[in-house]
Amino acid sequence: MSYILDSLRHLLGLTVERPTPERQSQEVKFIYERKAAERLTREHLEAIEAAHAGTAKRHRWRNRRWVTLIIVNLIFVVSFQFDVQLVEGAMTASRVIGFHFADLNSALQVSLAFKHVVLNLLIGTATVLILWWLLGGRTFCSWACPYHLIAEWAEWLHLKLAARKWVKDVRFHRELRPVLYGVFVVLALATGYTVFETISPTGIASRALIYGPGLALLWVLALLLFEVFVSRRAWCRYVCPIGLTYGLVGLTSPVRVQYKVDSCHHEGECRKVCLVPHVLDITIKGRAQDTHVDVAADCTRCGLCVDVCPTDSLTFKVKGLNRVL
Amino acid sequence: MSEQETTNRPKPPLSKVRRDQNRREFLRTLGVGVGVVGFSLAGLLPLIGAANARLRPPGALKDLLDEQRFLAACIKCGQCVQVCPVEAIHLADLLDGVGVGVPFIDARAQACDFSCDGLQCVLACPTGALTHDLNFPADTRMGFARLDRPDACLAMQGKGFKGQARGPGFAGKLRFAEVDRWTPIALADHPYDLDLCDLCVRLCPIEIRIIECAAAKPQLPGQVERVAEKIGNECPPRHAITLEPNPNGRGRMPVIQDGCVGCGVCEMVCPVEPTAIVIDIDRVTEVPA
Repeated sequence: MSYILDSLRHLLGLTVERPTPERQSQEVKFIYERKAAERLTREHLEAIEAAHAGTAKRHRWRNRRWVTLIIVNLIFVVSFQFDVQLVEGAMTASRVIGFHFADLNSALQVSLAFKHVVLNLLIGTATVLILWWLLGGRTFCSWACPYHLIAEWAEWLHLKLAARKWVKDVRFHRELRPVLYGVFVVLALATGYTVFETISPTGIASRALIYGPGLALLWVLALLLFEVFVSRRAWCRYVCPIGLTYGLVGLTSPVRVQYKVDSCHHEGECRKVCLVPHVLDITIKGRAQDTHVDVAADCTRCGLCVDVCPTDSLTFKVKGLNRVL
Repeated sequence: MSEQETTNRPKPPLSKVRRDQNRREFLRTLGVGVGVVGFSLAGLLPLIGAANARLRPPGALKDLLDEQRFLAACIKCGQCVQVCPVEAIHLADLLDGVGVGVPFIDARAQACDFSCDGLQCVLACPTGALTHDLNFPADTRMGFARLDRPDACLAMQGKGFKGQARGPGFAGKLRFAEVDRWTPIALADHPYDLDLCDLCVRLCPIEIRIIECAAAKPQLPGQVERVAEKIGNECPPRHAITLEPNPNGRGRMPVIQDGCVGCGVCEMVCPVEPTAIVIDIDRVTEVPA
């Protein structure tokens, strides 16, 4: 239950307080006490880092994810260009080998503006809901959204510039995202137009890939420039209602990243690579409630933290699968 | 839980520096929020004067110039674009504001000639923005043709036409049942030699269906409205365009009839530049029950 409540707080842009000692298990308290007693030297930590940096595991999940994301988007392009009809449509709505798929947020915008839902849209929305619930909710963001990938490259550039002190990451309040979510819901209802779809870089990028580029890409470019020079991953972090929708889907999803306190050295590398670092505050010493904690639903399951962790303290898990196997 | 926490550990008051930081963050956040919402609302500007109104695919939910229901219902996925055999459908760009990603047809470049017969775009639409309430081309109401420049019309001048309707470089396609029942070919590959230009009537998809229907079964006495029984396509109950005597003397005059669905083929094939016949998107006739 606390997983869902903490996740909701993250999604709403609120902070999750550090757990009081009463809320922490005895086991995790023992681990923290042991860690306080045996502090690791800097040399030791650096050696572990160096050993990890050279391994094949360093970019394993990122590579898998990039390949998946590119293939998913290429299937759309190839299906249309060569008329294979595997996946027709775009990221907002499609037909996958004949089955209707509809992006949850696009379907929401259309339903609110149109105030009428046809059966096909309901089927497509339910299919996508079940699909992404099974896969982890915001898994959509990092494994399928075309904007995510280009934003990731822009983020790389931003971090390079920030390391040279040429730019500084300007932070905004994370409550902006749920507030804008409400604003776009109200706007769709009140104006009768899908106002958010006009500026959705996910829809624009997906259509540009499939149907050819247009002026709308200038908006995407403006967002990317803002993210490179002003604020790291600003769209995904502070604005995108699609991410929030899928975050809600992920509240009860079985696919999660799991954190193990015991092996963690609390270096904070995972929080540095994370799109949504607040979900990894549990890796700060003293913050975990138990020896094993699931990373909250705002996590996009991108696996960058899994890749960067030198001690395998962060791993993917599928809830309930161990019991089945 | 939070109550307990606050009683146990009262929060120290924020320092002035911290309060300033929070205030600046709030203002920054407000600025970004207003910017994003403002830009999204700018998408409503092209609605003024219906600047983003366009010829839409068959079945588009619209009421004359008011496209609100159509723009609302469209999920901007382009599935209609993908199924169109003559590639008549395109998606609008950023300048259309809330119409971005919404399908339209540029009739002069490539009109909808209903060569899919079954209204594939309507069937492909996942949201009902292209309403499933219509089954046959004659049920469609996209707009209404108008003889915009009667003086330029070759038929009105009593002139014939020889050659490719839009010249050899024109990429537009139409389906000619006598050439290939299933695959559309380039209009440039189908030259004409006409004593009197009648391309707008001859190539009208509604008129073609009326002729097909009539050929399939001779017209029976009393069957004035519905020209013939259905043959694969429901037969159009009314004519769309006919050549009538020219009141001003020479030649003949194309007259648009109530059966016109506004598909735009007449605008596409008209050999004069600029076209003598155009589609008005703010006029449609009733579909007879």
